[in-house]
Amino acid sequence: MNAEQARASLASTFGVDVAAGVPMVVTVAPARWEELGRFAKDTVGCRFFNFLTAVDWKEQGLEVVARVDNLDDNVALMLKTKLGPGVTTCPSLTPVYQGANWMERECFDMFGIHFDNHPDLRRILLEDTWEGHPLLKSYAVDTPHPPYR
Amino acid sequence: MALNDPPVPVIPAPIWRNFKELQEWEELHKTRPEGDKHSPVFESITEGIHNFPGGFVVTTAADAFLNWARKSSVWPVTFGLACCAIEMMATFCSRFDVERLGMVPWASPRHSDLMIVSGTVTIKMAPMLLRIYDQMPDPKWAVSMGSCANSGGPFRHGYHVVKGVDRVIPVDVYVPGCPPPPESLLNGLLLLQDQIAHFKNTGRKAPPNEKVD
Repeated sequence: MNAEQARASLASTFGVDVAAGVPMVVTVAPARWEELGRFAKDTVGCRFFNFLTAVDWKEQGLEVVARVDNLDDNVALMLKTKLGPGVTTCPSLTPVYQGANWMERECFDMFGIHFDNHPDLRRILLEDTWEGHPLLKSYAVDTPHPPYR
Repeated sequence: MALNDPPVPVIPAPIWRNFKELQEWEELHKTRPEGDKHSPVFESITEGIHNFPGGFVVTTAADAFLNWARKSSVWPVTFGLACCAIEMMATFCSRFDVERLGMVPWASPRHSDLMIVSGTVTIKMAPMLLRIYDQMPDPKWAVSMGSCANSGGPFRHGYHVVKGVDRVIPVDVYVPGCPPPPESLLNGLLLLQDQIAHFKNTGRKAPPNEKVD
């Protein structure tokens, strides 16, 4: 499936505007997040999971961003979902992409997003006793971590 | 964390404050007792010998010998944390050759006298650093190498870095630079040797060394 076909099928299946470009940006509601991942993998053929991260838009809440690639047909998709203000749960992409496992753990570590259906949601970079999630905008750099600071 | 926990992240309230802790640590270093590296019994005996008429010859000669022996065989433990470790390795290699000063990089803390903290000390690494320092036998010294180990450096306002390794272990010599070239580290090691040479082990406490104190 080439880029134009992928764009048309994504727009018709999910009923959203998909902007052309590299990567194509697809924004859906969190309820259809896993479905979008499955569609991207099975139908569009994006078998390479590039990365997953999040953006803190302060009052507007968190946004989860993932990029997947179809390396055979040169199609790149940027998947986005806005969780909404105060919401910290998101469906997991791990059942679809195994590569999302550690990315989602890192996202949980840094942003405190709880991914449903994740098999092993623990902190991955910071120690288990760490308080707070450092990449949130509400996290102060002077948050104390006794006894070393 | 179990999956059944309620999905509410626990975020502590932001605490904005000045870096007062650093000044507190500096005060602690100023008031740190000088004789914390030997026992009070030994100190009182040698003080008696020193005050005996003519006894100072014995104590100063013993001091000179002990200090010469110590400063001539400072073995640093190989403890590299970041890019400063590359410069430390260069210092140990043939061009700058610290072996002519009696320093052999040794891979066991239990045989070492000196820890060169070369690089960024993260909060996650600090307990391990302290553990390695505790494994070294007395007398032991520590050199803080580079801006990160001195004060946190460019990561000082980050969330994950200890703001100076002197919050974890006592430091004898600070080597500035980012990273310090081997010449700087060599200078720091020479200053450390000078500091060791002025250490009064048996007699009176050493007067402040103008070079390093």
